[in-house]
Amino acid sequence: MSSVVRKKRDFHQLSKPWNVIFNLIAGIFAFLCVFPFLFVVIISLTDEGTLARDGYSLIPAKWSLGAYRYVFESGDMLLRSYGVTIFVTVLGTIISLLFISLYAYAISRKSFRYRNFFAFFAFFTMLFNGGLVPTYIIVTQFLGLKDTVWALIMPLAVNAFYIMILRTFYITSVPDAIVESGKIDGAGEFRIFLKLVLPLSLPGLATIALFSTLGYWNDWFNALLYIDDPNLVPLQSMLMRIETSMQFIMQNSQNSSLSLEAFRSMPQDTSRMAMVVLATGPIIFAYPFFQRYFIQGLTIGAVKE
Amino acid sequence: MARGFLKNIFTDKIMLLMVLPGTLWFLFFSYLPMFGTVIAFKEYRFSRDGFWASIVNSKWVGLDNFKFLFTTNDAYVITRNTLLYNAAFIVLGLILSVVMAIVLSEIVNKKLAKLYQTGMFLPYFLSWVVVGYFAFSFLSSERGMLNQVLDYFGAESVQWYSEKKYWPFILIFVYLWKAVGYNSVVYLAAIMGIDKSLYEAAMIDGASKFQQIRNITLPLLNPIITIMTLLAIGKIFYADFGLFYQVPRNSGTLYGVTNVIDTYVYQGLKTTGEIGMTTAAGLYQSVVGFVLVITSNYIVRRYNRDSALF
Repeated sequence: MSSVVRKKRDFHQLSKPWNVIFNLIAGIFAFLCVFPFLFVVIISLTDEGTLARDGYSLIPAKWSLGAYRYVFESGDMLLRSYGVTIFVTVLGTIISLLFISLYAYAISRKSFRYRNFFAFFAFFTMLFNGGLVPTYIIVTQFLGLKDTVWALIMPLAVNAFYIMILRTFYITSVPDAIVESGKIDGAGEFRIFLKLVLPLSLPGLATIALFSTLGYWNDWFNALLYIDDPNLVPLQSMLMRIETSMQFIMQNSQNSSLSLEAFRSMPQDTSRMAMVVLATGPIIFAYPFFQRYFIQGLTIGAVKE
Repeated sequence: MARGFLKNIFTDKIMLLMVLPGTLWFLFFSYLPMFGTVIAFKEYRFSRDGFWASIVNSKWVGLDNFKFLFTTNDAYVITRNTLLYNAAFIVLGLILSVVMAIVLSEIVNKKLAKLYQTGMFLPYFLSWVVVGYFAFSFLSSERGMLNQVLDYFGAESVQWYSEKKYWPFILIFVYLWKAVGYNSVVYLAAIMGIDKSLYEAAMIDGASKFQQIRNITLPLLNPIITIMTLLAIGKIFYADFGLFYQVPRNSGTLYGVTNVIDTYVYQGLKTTGEIGMTTAAGLYQSVVGFVLVITSNYIVRRYNRDSALF
């Protein structure tokens, strides 16, 4: 009995040994999830000669910043890819947010007479799609987007699922009374949307913006389909290309003093891993701050009107 | 009265203006491709006069493309691979995600639990290209970590990228590595929403922690588990292109165990150029996928109206 009294008031608690075991289970899995990234960072900091001798190791015999030096010196390709990715991500997220927030707002308003039609119009695309080949033919032959930056932006711009999430968000976080009060004060629909609705739904918009940003940053599929022009290659796609050949670097390097001999002594493996680190770095640093919004978006998706 | 009516039209005009950009996008990127599936019933000939001419001038061949697709062994292999992999992903992913969510929710130190969750969530934010590189750092035959470990124990090195038999395990492992942290978020949120007084009552009745998990947590998670699973079954005909294309590095020798409908369609489009048959494969996927989504949603509705998609 006395042990019960001494216990903390919190009934809902695990016993010590089980708590240790649970910590181990979660901790080990979390470590496994982060470990490959750490491993790639270590590889990128390994001396190329050591790597050729020992293979990829956790504690390299010789550390070196050669890979990063090399990447930055022949770096106009990396810079250009970064530029393409940043441009596509920023513009894409803006367009995405504009299209999605307007559409979702309209179908969330009960006063909009055709809301059910447009809601279904968006929703049906979640159930059925034409598949890859017709989409490819439309984008390349009908819209003529091959080898343009729009081929990287438009295919990802709208997503019916995000529209549904945002519509739920508007309905739950913007009371009708607010819209009515705006009307009484004589504000037009657009003004109500801008001045009253948007400020109230900022968390929802932030969630969609983050989903969209992540989607654009990590996209390589559209580049694989539609981009041949080396000047339009985004980061992820560039990583795919150098995976098969370092010649891509050779062809695109402005540094003409790169002779064949220099090519042989290039820090091939390490510099590829350095590029992987540089391409994922921003995400690794940014995501712990935005995790909250992602979790919110994932859990709100399950709620309906 | 009349003024009110006019005002209505005007309001609708503004609203219609708001849905216009999205509507145009859906027309071009969703509905036109749906119409484009007629190519599956044609012998596609590219014509210089543009897109419509190409489609209209191509000869109707009825179901020939489908006949051709299903007489090859390919159709069977890609369907089998897609279904089996997805089934494994659904079952193992569910078990691991729920276990992880329960483990995280029970950990006493909440700060640590948050840290673990942040770690598990990381793979979700990485593209398949990067994950492909990660896999390579372990599987590379000359330099990879796995072969070094095998070497250390005096075992034979393995040519990972040309040995079929390991790939089902590798792909399932990589999938779980990437998805479990993300999926457990949903279950964790559901656990957090459970009324604490239920546990207190159980404590007073003398239930151990594991009896509580078995008799309170799991039964209350049951609805969300059922729904998530049914929704996943609705998508069982769609494979994750990135996983099956990037992680095996598109290695031809592995196609028998890594080729799924999505990678097959991509190869048909980009390399073999069998436009008609490839479209047929895509349409077959879309139609079966559509039937599955409708069916699984119907079952979800029967089960719990609020959680159905529609």
